[in-house]
Amino acid sequence: MTTTDDRPTTTSPSRSAAPGAKGRRPWGRPALYTGYGQDMALLNTGAKKAALGVLMVLALLLPFVLEDDLLRLLATGAVLAIGAIGLNLVTGYAGQVSLGHAFFLGIGAYTAAVVSGETGDEDLYGFGITFLPVWLLAGGAMAALVGLVVSPLASRLRGLYLAIVTLGLVFLGEHVFREWDAVTGGVGVGRPAADPVLFGVDLSRSTASFSADQQLYLLMTGLLVLFALLGRNIARSAIGRSFAAVRDRDIAAEVTGVDVRKAKRLAFVISGFYAGCAGALLYSISGYLDPSSFGLLVSVQFVAMVLIGGVATISGSIMGAYFIAILPRLTRELPEYLPFLSSSATEFPNVFQVETLLYGLLIVAFLIFEPRGLFGVWVRARNYWKSWPFSY
Amino acid sequence: MTHATTENVLEVSDVTLRFKGVTAINGVSFTVGQQELFAVIGPNGAGKTSIFNVLSGVYRPQEGSVRFRGEDVLGQRPHVLAGKGLARTFQNIELFENLTVVDNLMLGRAHQVSYGVFSAAAWFGKARRSELRDRAAVEDIVDFLELAPYRRMPVGLLPYGVQKRVELGRALAMEPTLLLLDEPVAGMNLEETEDMARFILDIRDELAISMVMVEHDMGLVMDLADRIMVVDFGVPITTGVPAEVQRNPDVVKAYLGEDHDTGGRRKKNAAEPVPTGGDQ
Repeated sequence: MTTTDDRPTTTSPSRSAAPGAKGRRPWGRPALYTGYGQDMALLNTGAKKAALGVLMVLALLLPFVLEDDLLRLLATGAVLAIGAIGLNLVTGYAGQVSLGHAFFLGIGAYTAAVVSGETGDEDLYGFGITFLPVWLLAGGAMAALVGLVVSPLASRLRGLYLAIVTLGLVFLGEHVFREWDAVTGGVGVGRPAADPVLFGVDLSRSTASFSADQQLYLLMTGLLVLFALLGRNIARSAIGRSFAAVRDRDIAAEVTGVDVRKAKRLAFVISGFYAGCAGALLYSISGYLDPSSFGLLVSVQFVAMVLIGGVATISGSIMGAYFIAILPRLTRELPEYLPFLSSSATEFPNVFQVETLLYGLLIVAFLIFEPRGLFGVWVRARNYWKSWPFSY
Repeated sequence: MTHATTENVLEVSDVTLRFKGVTAINGVSFTVGQQELFAVIGPNGAGKTSIFNVLSGVYRPQEGSVRFRGEDVLGQRPHVLAGKGLARTFQNIELFENLTVVDNLMLGRAHQVSYGVFSAAAWFGKARRSELRDRAAVEDIVDFLELAPYRRMPVGLLPYGVQKRVELGRALAMEPTLLLLDEPVAGMNLEETEDMARFILDIRDELAISMVMVEHDMGLVMDLADRIMVVDFGVPITTGVPAEVQRNPDVVKAYLGEDHDTGGRRKKNAAEPVPTGGDQ
């Protein structure tokens, strides 16, 4: 059934079963590996291929089923997932706790906004290059560069100390964003974010056949698939292994031949790149960028995504990001069912307080009950059905 | 069966390592020939593991020199030494416990990885070829150490004896010239010890890798080692073939203590050199 190899398996079963016949499965044995390539493939089982196929079809059908505001929410979720993958690479895989993710997000967002911004404005820098790949890569590259500059901190500090220092980055960033009016527009004024223009089409404006939100949803989801694939490849390569080695035992890693400083540097650079790209994309959805949007809470939200989704998993980062993206929307619905909750920010108790409370509660609950996060829940469910009707 | 050749794999001369007032190693010298199994024994706290940490580049001694394959390697960082063919295992297992057995072994080949981020992210060309090649090499070691049933298990979940074997496997995956084994059979039962002894002999005779071994199991050391160095309080007492070492009165003294010395050896000042007999 799953002879997805590019070569059709026309040879007779007995002949092709010879060991070392790379990439050729005997007929009727879909689960038999005949080469390490098959074993190490990303989708190495039929179930994984089928599941991914179903997910893809679902993702493509959604824009024609859901309302625009929900699509916008999912587009935001996809962008957050890119950022969460970035944080998971440095914190989950490489074990370098970073609370400075909001800072990298901000750098990406402003770099993209400057690259894409209108030229000729005296008070606001802009280069007028609105082509999406250009400003996206510029945002990512700038944040990666800052990650490179920051990374020596990680080779000097670890654990809580590193967390505190990266926390400092957020405050540093907030100050710069607030004061550097020529780039950020200043507090309360802000500036337009990067325009998602692809081959002459501004995707943030509705066209004849698609609404703006449908286009943004498809764009962001597509980019998420790309970034997730790249992230997963990095994670399963020697680079990802060296991250995990540094996280688990740095001295043993060094003796085994891993350049620990280089691994930490690389982790911050890659994480910075992901955060920068996420920052650049995030505000192109709303189209507007305010200097106060890169505070500590944003960093905490990303940490929550990683912890709730699953530490050191790419799919967990994605689940966590969608979860956090959809959470406010769900709490907004609460007053309907819980009449004592108010939907106005001035009254007590209100939904915004519940939302903040939920971040904390969920982090605590997941850490205590399922440290592997949503990914762990998924693994448990899978194992249950794998061994059904037995319990082990 | 010492395979004495003209070129020694390792030459350690007059290495002294101090931590503030404590002298952990004091004037240690020894050589390891090609395909030789050299054992370092001594009572607890004698400085055996400190010697290993100097050899693998974790500690930097104040005096002396370490020549590995003819090159002075003192002060080089551990991962650089690893790339030059120096591998080690640890007394207390230092595996990456969240990773599978295969991934741990793959990490042993970290210094041979030459592809970059972009190739890795695309999983194309160099990265893919390199990964497949490393995997095949790792599977050979899995076969050699009989680890096949545990391949996909996270190392943290494996029994202790198997973890020790995985650690040996990770060191072998580095394709070393010299292998440092820090108490390879500590805490193992008889069967596991026998298995490990077999693997160690196979590594010497089939893979032709020189080894330095620290071990407390005297039976194992006397049976396996080509030559033995005894250290006490960081000072080498004697070096020789097992039969010589066993008969050396200073060695007996270091292990069993002197009856006429009221305080026994533990009360002696660590900095004061222990009387040496057959020092090289």
